[in-house]
Amino acid sequence: MKFTVDDYGFYGKFGGAYIPEMLYPNVEELRQNYLKIMQEPDFQEEFQSLLKDYVGRPTPLYFAKRLSEKYNTKIYLKREDLNHTGAHKINNTVGQILLAKRLGKTRIIAETGAGQHGVATATVCALMGIECVVYMGEVDIKRQAPNVARMKMLGASVVPATSGSKTLKDATNEAIRDWINNPENTYYIIGSVVGPHPYPDMVARFQSVISEEMMAQLQEKEGRDYPDYVVACVGGGSNAAGAFYHYLDRPEVKLVAVEAAGLGVDSGESAATSVLGKEGIIHGSRTLLMQTEDGQVTEPYSISAGLDYPGVGPLHAHLFDTKRAIFESVTDEEALQAVLELTRLEGIIPALETAHALAAVGRLGAKPDDVVVVNLSGRGDKDLATYLERFHFDE
Amino acid sequence: MNNRIQKLFAEKQQGLLSVYFTAGYPNLNDTVPIILELEKNGVDLIEVGMPFSDPLADGPTIQQSSEIAIRNGMTIPLLFEQLKDIREKTQIPLVLMGYLNPVMQYGVERFCKKASEIGIDGIILPDLPLSDYVREYKELFEQYNLSKVFLVTPQTPEQRIREIDAQSNGFVYMVSSASTTGSTSGKSVENTGYFERLAGLELRNPRMIGFGIHDKETFQRACNHSRGAIIGSAFIKALAKEGSLQENIRTFVQSLRN
Ligand SMILES: Cc1ncc(COP(=O)(O)O)c(C=O)c1O
Repeated sequence: MKFTVDDYGFYGKFGGAYIPEMLYPNVEELRQNYLKIMQEPDFQEEFQSLLKDYVGRPTPLYFAKRLSEKYNTKIYLKREDLNHTGAHKINNTVGQILLAKRLGKTRIIAETGAGQHGVATATVCALMGIECVVYMGEVDIKRQAPNVARMKMLGASVVPATSGSKTLKDATNEAIRDWINNPENTYYIIGSVVGPHPYPDMVARFQSVISEEMMAQLQEKEGRDYPDYVVACVGGGSNAAGAFYHYLDRPEVKLVAVEAAGLGVDSGESAATSVLGKEGIIHGSRTLLMQTEDGQVTEPYSISAGLDYPGVGPLHAHLFDTKRAIFESVTDEEALQAVLELTRLEGIIPALETAHALAAVGRLGAKPDDVVVVNLSGRGDKDLATYLERFHFDE
Repeated sequence: MNNRIQKLFAEKQQGLLSVYFTAGYPNLNDTVPIILELEKNGVDLIEVGMPFSDPLADGPTIQQSSEIAIRNGMTIPLLFEQLKDIREKTQIPLVLMGYLNPVMQYGVERFCKKASEIGIDGIILPDLPLSDYVREYKELFEQYNLSKVFLVTPQTPEQRIREIDAQSNGFVYMVSSASTTGSTSGKSVENTGYFERLAGLELRNPRMIGFGIHDKETFQRACNHSRGAIIGSAFIKALAKEGSLQENIRTFVQSLRN
């Protein structure tokens, strides 16, 4: 497979583990053990049973009739929003907490942007009775208040990240610094396919259940196990990695990665990494990165906290570089329109992140007989305050 | 290889003081004056920090000095410009310290060449992994007579310490305790078991202890277990005090040794 990680942790020229020596023992321990542990029968048994009975998998593959009529193609929604806690993020946290337990760790840290990964981490920590500390940018704490409340209710401490743009990048910095300061008992549950090897590969594997289910569901509904298009939004890229995973080596499937353009890719207020980034190093990984000429990381912007990140996972950098995936970018305004459209056509209120994927559907040039799967990564409850403010339903 | 770092360790056996500061802080053009003042006050080695927007291994003090330095306009090309005549003014060993990304954007080979032309003696890039260094850059650094210094921590296994010792030169940078820079939680120089363990390995490179060293007592204690100590955050804080650069530097360095 051309799109799996090599022995050094690289996807083509992207990936690796560019970490200070302080993190080496922990990352190395994980690298040596993750595949072994994930293959153990008792791990698989516990993981599969939690995915089924706790998370609520498999998630439905729903044929969106009215949306399909509007775009004159066959659109299916992979309903990750119906997972426990309301997004795909929990597929990964269930996997990583079981791993952390087997590594004997007693304290969990995580970063979060939209708060969905923070909630999913706090949830599995409550389930396992393990201490949980979540780092979250100060800006995101304000714009995703319901998720902050949920994390606290679940017993996690939420620590504001106050440096830089006070968003996901800075929360990740703080989580990494926490790990440096607590090297013995702590495990870092990263929330996307980012960070040093083996995280991108490990998180992609935990999320790959999405495309695994999709294959069986499409077989049943369409008589073939693949669609013509898979569309997913990309922050760090975990829901996209999961939705693409089993189709990476099948060129008949077009993979569409949708980034956040913010106020527009040329506005200076954007998070469209594939357009604006160049090769660099962020959070331990060599990948595409938004940066100045001097190599300082630039502060991104998106209305969506989960996509407001200046990098992208190394797998996606490789998919971009090799042109295996099509990269699109969607503005705040287009995403908001897509939220309202899905809500009114299908009775589903999506997360702001997810809405970016939905907004790209009309641009695919899909034919009436084409099958398009949109990965509906999360539900919009956390974004209601933004929606009410932007849509003015009372007037 | 023979540069000013090796010469220093050959000539002076103990009590070495290495000071880190962030180039461009507190003011953009303080780089050369700080170097000269540190030398005047008897500092043995200087680590010039190249500021980075996302310094993962650093605590709040160096995060802040880096942020201010970047805002002041510090860049690698400008730093090289400031340092271009430094060897006409001082022969103190100079190490450049920073994160990999800005160096990568400048171009690693171009960086090594320029550093060597100016008379830089060593480089520390905490997020450049040993394996990548050996595979891609070691020849380059050696060609330009630059020492590449690596960090080790209390958690680093012996075999890896030996590998680092074998692949690097200049000195081994012992991180005093598991922490980001600037932590003064007290655990920094109490880990004598670790210090003794490393002393017992009889490495080919001299050892220096850094992270959390902030006053005479912690400096002394670090010196008891190694050839000397590295001070960063405490010095940055001293620079931020009221008064002239000269006074602040003199007062700080004297407070460590007297
Ligand atoms: C619902 C939802 N979708 C997508 C994302 C983006 O993350 P990723 O690109 O890792 O899927 C987030 C992140 O917070 C999210 O909450």
